[in-house]
Amino acid sequence: MIASLPPGLLLIVAALAIPVLPDAARRAWTVVVPAAGLWALIALEPGNYLAFAWFGAEFQPVRVDKLSLVFGYIFHIAAIIAAIYALHVRDSVQHMAGMVYAGSGIGAVFAGDLVTLFVYWEAMAVASVFLVWARGGEAAYRSGMRYLIVQIASGVLLLSGAILQAEQTGSIAFDRMDLGNLATWLIFLAFGIKCAFPFLHNWLQDAYPEATVTGTVFLSAFTTKAAVYALARGFPGTEMLIYVGAAMTAFPIFYAVIENDLRRVLAYSLNNQLGFMVVGVGIGTPMALNGAAGHAFAHILYKALLFMSMGAVLYRVGTIKGSELGGLYKSMPLTTVFCIVGAASISAFPLFSGFIAKALTLSAVAYEGYVVVWLILMFASAGVFHHSGIKIPYFAFFAHDSGKRCKEAPLNMLVAMGIAAFLCIALGVWSPALYGILPYDLDYEPYTPTHVIGQLQLLMFSALAFAVLIRYRIYPPELKSTNLDFDWVYRKGVPALIARCWPALWAAWQGLLGAFQGGLRQGIDAVIRLAGPEGTLARTWPLGSTTLWVAVLLGGFLLIYYL
Amino acid sequence: MTAHLPALQVVLTLLAAPACILVRGRDLAFLLALSTTWAAFAVSCLLLDQVLTTGTISYELGGWAAPFGIEYRVDALNAFVLLIVSGIGAVVLPFTPRSLLIEMVGEKAYLFYCAFLLCLTGLLGVAITGDAFNLFVFLEISSLASCILISLGPHRRALTAAFQYLVVGTIGATFIVIGIGLIYGATGTLNMNDIAERLPATGYNRTVIAAFAFLIVGAAIKLALFPLHFWLPKAYTYAPSTVSAFLAATATKVGVYVLIRFLFTVFGVEFSFEVLPTALPLMVLAVLAMFVASTIAIFQDSVKRMLAYSSVAQIGYMVLGLSLVTVDGLTASVVHLFNHALMKGALFLAIGCIAYRQASFRIEDFAGMGRRMPWTMAAFTAGGLSLIGIPLTAGFISKWYLILAALAADEPLIAALIVISSLLAVIYIWRVVEAAYFREPPPGAPTGEAPAALLVPTWLLIALNVYFGIETSLPVGVAEHAARALMGAGP
Repeated sequence: MIASLPPGLLLIVAALAIPVLPDAARRAWTVVVPAAGLWALIALEPGNYLAFAWFGAEFQPVRVDKLSLVFGYIFHIAAIIAAIYALHVRDSVQHMAGMVYAGSGIGAVFAGDLVTLFVYWEAMAVASVFLVWARGGEAAYRSGMRYLIVQIASGVLLLSGAILQAEQTGSIAFDRMDLGNLATWLIFLAFGIKCAFPFLHNWLQDAYPEATVTGTVFLSAFTTKAAVYALARGFPGTEMLIYVGAAMTAFPIFYAVIENDLRRVLAYSLNNQLGFMVVGVGIGTPMALNGAAGHAFAHILYKALLFMSMGAVLYRVGTIKGSELGGLYKSMPLTTVFCIVGAASISAFPLFSGFIAKALTLSAVAYEGYVVVWLILMFASAGVFHHSGIKIPYFAFFAHDSGKRCKEAPLNMLVAMGIAAFLCIALGVWSPALYGILPYDLDYEPYTPTHVIGQLQLLMFSALAFAVLIRYRIYPPELKSTNLDFDWVYRKGVPALIARCWPALWAAWQGLLGAFQGGLRQGIDAVIRLAGPEGTLARTWPLGSTTLWVAVLLGGFLLIYYL
Repeated sequence: MTAHLPALQVVLTLLAAPACILVRGRDLAFLLALSTTWAAFAVSCLLLDQVLTTGTISYELGGWAAPFGIEYRVDALNAFVLLIVSGIGAVVLPFTPRSLLIEMVGEKAYLFYCAFLLCLTGLLGVAITGDAFNLFVFLEISSLASCILISLGPHRRALTAAFQYLVVGTIGATFIVIGIGLIYGATGTLNMNDIAERLPATGYNRTVIAAFAFLIVGAAIKLALFPLHFWLPKAYTYAPSTVSAFLAATATKVGVYVLIRFLFTVFGVEFSFEVLPTALPLMVLAVLAMFVASTIAIFQDSVKRMLAYSSVAQIGYMVLGLSLVTVDGLTASVVHLFNHALMKGALFLAIGCIAYRQASFRIEDFAGMGRRMPWTMAAFTAGGLSLIGIPLTAGFISKWYLILAALAADEPLIAALIVISSLLAVIYIWRVVEAAYFREPPPGAPTGEAPAALLVPTWLLIALNVYFGIETSLPVGVAEHAARALMGAGP
């Protein structure tokens, strides 16, 4: 029964039951349903399901192949972990939103046509915004609103592109596309927004830190990775993506280093990690695509783990500012350990999942000979270690003791973190588990001496740099500050510019309006003069002029007839 | 009996007219007029049925053979026009005894009925005859009779309006008779069919071209084509509402019929549109009529005058259809001929109901009319919706076919203009609706519904508007039949 439902739809349908279930049943439900979905998915054979034709278009709501399966598996796992992490939450809106969101994300990666993809794409946007709004308060509301606008815009672009694509090719199938016409550019841009391309990325750092403790865990898993999947499906081997991805890996590092809100640091780091995947998609070789998919798989786990640990801190301490935290390892030892596991994973320490995933992409870049890109990625790897690997655990759990004492995280959070941490280590230790489910056959051994040593050198020197900077107090102190990102341009800069130029603009506008109104008034006056109550045309004409018109018309007809 | 139906169509009302004077009595005259009008309607129904089943009827009056005697020739087009004219007569006439008009003329009501019957005779005669000169004679009969009818208006200006109508109408008739005379000179015959056969042989010399121009302009005056429409708003405004309803629904329609008959049957499509460039000037004038007259209507204070200008605009649609010179365009024209008779008839009758309660037709005096005369105002609104062309009304069908015809003729601009000009109709109808339903009635305003004798004919026409907005087989079927015949594409 469960297997016959399209993947993802099960979660969406099951989510409808959440509000009516009693509390205990609801808890079980939120975990059991994704688990059942995962079980059904494992039993699913590759192929197309439930295809139908409607209004002359071929719909393929379920397309199962190895690429979609990788994302399907990890999305289910993420949904289970996030649900366990959120077990203590009593707000059923959040549970519903989380489950619908996860279901939409799963549905999106199995969508075989662009229209189905669009439906799930928008469902993701709408469901996820409730996770931001559930935080409550003005900041979360506004942030959620900005997030929603951007996400819906992405959906609109996708739909426009899909319609154009259907016009041009007669097919709505979601397959490999080439950038070259408006349709594919629109679709590309839609994916780019959700994938947080540079200059399109601000919604991510804006909304994720504003979401609830548990909501961010959901958010970190689905939207951006669905976009990575969409790029890998639609635009593999598009060279532009290599450079876009490289830029994505590099620029968030600087923001991550100076950011004070540790969950925002993670959001920047998320952006940086996406860059690796986008580079992999851009390279487009089987190995690189494996790298992108594998990286996404591993990344969802350790990023969720990091967000969970920071969420636990926020939940217990009530703040997540680096400047107000410190010394929490005494109160939250388990959380500290889990956080360090996540940090080690994201930093790609050998024996952790990040190592075996990132290695694929880096090797693919090296094989294809992109030296500059490779150097950027190396720099970014060092940067990741710097801000996610060291900065996060250091400022939250060690550093100067803030004097804050609290309880260890709740049991369900610890369980969720434990599962994620276990998976991070397990994948890192036993790489075939991950390599076996990747889209393309792979013969790759991550644990070669050069590779391990090279990576360790990189990490050590990065650690050294951190230590030196801290020791000599050159490291940017954790300050309560607002850092300006590109969104300043449209949130403050453009308004400020408009305010500066306003008088001139206003005068010009008034002039234009005046001219237009004058013209309009003259036009209306002319109409009234002609057709108004006493207008020329509406007046009762004397017989003479009537007759004159008769003569004119007769003359006119005769003239054109004789000519 | 059925063989003489064409003669009966005209003779019934022609003989009843003097009989009205003989019987004198107000009610007797009414009954006589009513029975003959209804009989004429029955005859035209039978004629249409006969034409549709057996084809064109040729009737030789007095048994004189065609080119020398007068021939009545009934095909789908004029059978349809006969139906419209006699049908509107049959609906409007029951309206008269309770209308203000008869209250006013009092004991001389029989003269009104006589004039009404004569006018009806003239219009029916114009439509039925196959003889060009006979057409002129009937045109004069209808002109003079309608002149009398217009002069019966409650306002003194009705007299000047009637006078102007008389003069302009006479000019139009004169032009037509000049045209007929020239053709007679060129071909030596007055029978329309005969003219059509002989014209190609005589060649298209200057005489024929001049005749053509005179006939076009003459017909244009009769049908009030912009810019020769000046007589119409005044006449319709100051005439009694009943008369306005009757004339608006029939007289201009017969004018359009005359134009179509001369363009398509007598001179033929080839001469009218291929040898001479007639289509473009007609199209330009039609579009101007649609826009200028609608714009003027928007600015009118008097609802009745507004409706009169709206008629000028609607005539633009009819001429526009035929100026496309396609079967589709002609079909749209003829369909609109029918539908416009229904909607304008209904609207003017609603005005007649209002006239029963108050003398003023100014828009500000319509304030709160929706509550003061709910049935009347509902009828007016329904008729207005039909005029705009809202779906499920007859007006929609007209506009629909017209737009389709314009698109089929590869004139998307024309189609767009039709839609835009319909929006102007929304404005002028909305002004009335707004006053009637969204303004408080002034204190002491006359309140109370019009009597049933007035409401029933009005609502009958409204019902027909809705009926023919849904079930279109009659007008569209007949119009297509007629259009095919006229375009020479066979029945």
